[in-house]
Amino acid sequence: MKSFVFPQFQIIRDEAKCGQCRGCERQCAFGTHTYDPVSDRLISDDNKCVGCQRCAIFCPRDAIVVRPNPSFYRPNASWSREKLEDVKKQAETGGVILTGCGNDKPFRIYWDHMVLNASQVTNPSIDPLREPMELRTFLGAKPDLMDFKVKNEEVEIATQLSPNLMVEMPIVFSAMSFGAISYNAFLSLATAASKLGTYFNTGEGGLPREMREKFGKHAIVQVASGRFGIDAEYLNCAAAVEIKVGQGAKPGIGGHLPGEKVSVSVSATRMIPVGTDAISPAPHHDIYSIEDLSMLIHAIKEATNYEKPVSVKIAAVHNFAAIAAGIVHAGADIIAIDGLRGGTGAAPKVIRDNVGIPIELAISSLDRRLRQDGIRNRCSIIAAGGIRCSADVIKAIALGADATYIGSAALIAMGCNLCQKCYTGKCNWGICTQDPRLAGRLNVDIASQRLVNLISAWSHEIQEMLGGMGINALESLRGNRDHLRGVGLYEWELDVLGIKGAGE
Amino acid sequence: MGAVEINADGLQTRDLNDRLRDMMLAGKRKVIIRNVCGQRYIGTRLYSPERHRMEIDIFGTPGNDLAAFLFGHRLVVHGNAQDGVGNTMDDGEIVIEGRAGDVLGFSMRGGTIYVRDGCGYRTALHMKEYEGKKPALVIGGTAQDFLGEYMAGGTVILLDLKGQGHRANFIGSGMHGGTIYLRGSVNRSQVGDQVEISPIDEADRGILDQYVSGFIEKFPDLELIPEEVLKDGFVKLIPRSKRPYSDLYTY
Repeated sequence: MKSFVFPQFQIIRDEAKCGQCRGCERQCAFGTHTYDPVSDRLISDDNKCVGCQRCAIFCPRDAIVVRPNPSFYRPNASWSREKLEDVKKQAETGGVILTGCGNDKPFRIYWDHMVLNASQVTNPSIDPLREPMELRTFLGAKPDLMDFKVKNEEVEIATQLSPNLMVEMPIVFSAMSFGAISYNAFLSLATAASKLGTYFNTGEGGLPREMREKFGKHAIVQVASGRFGIDAEYLNCAAAVEIKVGQGAKPGIGGHLPGEKVSVSVSATRMIPVGTDAISPAPHHDIYSIEDLSMLIHAIKEATNYEKPVSVKIAAVHNFAAIAAGIVHAGADIIAIDGLRGGTGAAPKVIRDNVGIPIELAISSLDRRLRQDGIRNRCSIIAAGGIRCSADVIKAIALGADATYIGSAALIAMGCNLCQKCYTGKCNWGICTQDPRLAGRLNVDIASQRLVNLISAWSHEIQEMLGGMGINALESLRGNRDHLRGVGLYEWELDVLGIKGAGE
Repeated sequence: MGAVEINADGLQTRDLNDRLRDMMLAGKRKVIIRNVCGQRYIGTRLYSPERHRMEIDIFGTPGNDLAAFLFGHRLVVHGNAQDGVGNTMDDGEIVIEGRAGDVLGFSMRGGTIYVRDGCGYRTALHMKEYEGKKPALVIGGTAQDFLGEYMAGGTVILLDLKGQGHRANFIGSGMHGGTIYLRGSVNRSQVGDQVEISPIDEADRGILDQYVSGFIEKFPDLELIPEEVLKDGFVKLIPRSKRPYSDLYTY
């Protein structure tokens, strides 16, 4: 059937600069560029371009520009180009529109409507270059009361403490599975996490056996509805276990890793046959209630001898705070909430763009609810979904999160340009693919160094911002909404966030 | 080495499993637990990097998630079991001299479970297999609705020894691997669209011989004769495709 959809991008080649090196042809797994030996020119097919910019960035002579296709349908505020083209695509195929990465729609980004405080005169600011600044965070349940004994002038904690994760900065790599991302990308995250003193989350694709000894203590392993790659060894090699109930990019639905991405090594790690779809059902079919969830939490605690904190990850949706309180009562040590803008390797676009609530509002609601219920100490909150910079991290902490998960930002550090074609398995940046030729493009040393650089830079920025507020420990900022003010927000939004308007 | 005993009367789940673990670490290989009454996760805490293997005899009624994540041990329940037996089990053997509840063998990826009588809803959901690891679930009776939903591997055999007929609905919805054998018959309306109902062949007979003999061996009191059990007709349920949803999406 003839497609009535315009190409999304237009490729402009400066023929004067192009040296016919055919680098662009090799770089593009989508087959956009081909060499024509008769005319000794490279021909580009705009229809195949996904806008990942790999060819443009790697062209040795900067001869390529990829820009949005300027062709237009008659402008119409109701029928945007995207809406029109989605209708055409579905009319042509009858399929559910699949996409990757996070929600790209112009929902209000509350981070950009909140400003931080700084000390002036009365409470001196602190210079992190000269003075110690504590970003270390402990994730897990804290006791209601701490009882101690003093014996021969030695203080001994008498209270039975729950296992906690110690993280050097409030930034953890979010769940991205081997299978969705390449082995090299997965290994880069693990390497960076261990160098930084933080954690990477394996997602639900298992943890390759050869990585367990070296990286297990920096891994949060996931148990999701597909239960891929899970055995007692997997659970016990890790620092913590996370039960994935929901994901911000696709709340309420499961996942299908297409069979073509289930390579030999993905199959070995997920423990499923090569080439079968890896189907994660929408719910865990052994969890239909808080009581059932409690049962799985405790099954995992039993399987790991009560040595590891158990996290439960849910998507932020309308009444999630009450559910989250139930999850704490069910025995979770950490709650990870994933907001509207959380990323994914594949999700139906209609779900990604229309389901869930922004993470900023969710953090505040959850923190408030757990405080009201008197159970805030019994779990830590990790906020995920739309954290783009150190300021977002620090604002999340001030709203009540203990730490943040970053996914898209980590991928961007490795080379991702958010072209949203993760589900094709043809990622030219070697990140979201199982094609060995493409995956080999991602150098683990370089990619992990880029991740370390990013997080180190953010950590320093967080220290600067903290010092500016006259605070020398992140702990003192947690849930400290007095350090935030809203700009350009409605009353209800200020109420949900629990902050005052700027100038108040 | 003789068996050691635990009297579970009045013990909380965690205390009972503490004791079991201590026994495993102390090198005990055979344990009898008496007066079990609802304690959960028996067998779950028995992971060891050294891969110790235990044999555990359970008298009474164990609670939910018996043998969840089981790491190669052998459990015999002299009575009925509750929900979640063998949840995400990795390897080992479970014999239930009675009935099992709902969510039996959920996401199981290895080992074998024999249940003398029937079982509840959502049996063998998302059961998987991988290379040499091929789980098997043999039920003397029959199962209720949602049997084998999303099943991705392994073998399930329902013997319906009492001849009650298989009345479950929604069998094998989303199934994309593995095989379900039913002694007797099933209507097309009872099984999911992704499932094909077919007669058994010689290879299937070999598999059935093996597991039916195993079943008979576990439950000598039933005084079953293999030929008698096997002579009746079996049907086989297999997925139509390893990729049931490959045509669902557009890009």
